Amino acid sequence: MSMLELRGVTKVYGQGDTVVNALRGIDLSVEPGAMVAVMGPSGSGKSTLLTIAGSLEEPTEGEVLIDGALLRQMSRSAKARLRRRSIGYVFQDFNLLPGLTAVENVALPLELDGISGRRARAAGKRALDDLGLSNRADRFPDQLSGGERQRVAIARAVVGDRRLLLADEPSGALDSVNGEAVMRLVHEACKRGVAAVVVTHDAQLASWADRVMFLRDGYVVDQTAPQAGPESLLSTPGQTQ
Amino acid sequence: MSVRHALLALLSEGPKYGLQLREEFEAGTGEVWPLNVGQVYTTLQRLERDGLVESDDATEVGPKKGFHITSGGTEELARWLRTPPDLSSPPRDELVMKVLVALRVPGVDVHEVIQVHRRYLVELMQQWTRLKEDEADYDLSLALVVDAELFRLDSVIRWLDSADGRLKRAAADAATAVPAAPQPAPPPVPSIRRRTGARR
Repeated sequence: MSMLELRGVTKVYGQGDTVVNALRGIDLSVEPGAMVAVMGPSGSGKSTLLTIAGSLEEPTEGEVLIDGALLRQMSRSAKARLRRRSIGYVFQDFNLLPGLTAVENVALPLELDGISGRRARAAGKRALDDLGLSNRADRFPDQLSGGERQRVAIARAVVGDRRLLLADEPSGALDSVNGEAVMRLVHEACKRGVAAVVVTHDAQLASWADRVMFLRDGYVVDQTAPQAGPESLLSTPGQTQ
Repeated sequence: MSVRHALLALLSEGPKYGLQLREEFEAGTGEVWPLNVGQVYTTLQRLERDGLVESDDATEVGPKKGFHITSGGTEELARWLRTPPDLSSPPRDELVMKVLVALRVPGVDVHEVIQVHRRYLVELMQQWTRLKEDEADYDLSLALVVDAELFRLDSVIRWLDSADGRLKRAAADAATAVPAAPQPAPPPVPSIRRRTGARR
């Protein structure tokens, strides 16, 4: 079963002369362990797609299913629970709370979900350990580098048993080495069975995905074919001059 | 890729046999550039002719024949390392030509043509990235080669994105500039002759 499924999702903002068709009839299915990248120019509907997939906004038409459950049939509190337990978000500007340490930031979604402070902290510590941030756990966001802050944000997005990771330009303003590190972490999470959707205009980030969808004016205009192995790049005759 | 200077670089570490040079060349380029042994020997012969390397024993032939770099070879290598490669654009970039031509052919949607190339390039980048995720941690040379290829392909995609946006804006401007016209004016078409005649 797909971890995330969008069926004919349409989103219209405004009405009359000011109507904006942000998304038009989007179908998307992301299996556990798969990473899908969504590319497109600004205004193509990328971010809207992500907020609808994350149940932060409702589609005008169409259905969203997370882990097989129809969002339309869920109560507000059930959706909030789903967001706390199953969905991790990574934003361009990290969105860490400045008054909390790294480990407190990571543990926060678990505590909000009613898990005891001690257990939540232990889980937060483990998530930080996995991302090589053991010695940064007690630092505040302003004591961390940009790359470290984004790793903390990713730890927070995958802590506990989150199985859907939604990322909007996750490498933000990071340089290419840190951007690659971020994508490696998302890729590792997918190998553990997390389904991920990464919205980006950066082809180098998108190329980490199993499938790349191209969005334009709210439509999916194209997507990449299933991959040939990297072997096909090697031993190509005639490359050496 | 200059095989000639790559071999000089390998010999700058110390004397080596031809077969060894081939193995080290392939390892040093992340095995992305295969090299046949005939090419190694032809290149070594030319380097020897030019006085940049010397063979240890003139009577020995085949894989046992060892080579070392001369002082002239060391100078040539230092000069080559600091000489900028020719990065001036080719007289006719094929992809640029295709996009320019697409603008003129009736019934062809230039944005669709751009997307075909964009998708192909992203697929190629996905393949290069797979290589990185599997092996790059263990092989610095390969990681550098793969990065170079990814940045090159990325720059072509950026050009396509920019062309896409520029054409869209030009079409919108043309449509608003002539509101009374029965049909929106087509996007302005650059003069291909002027652009390509600039250099040849």
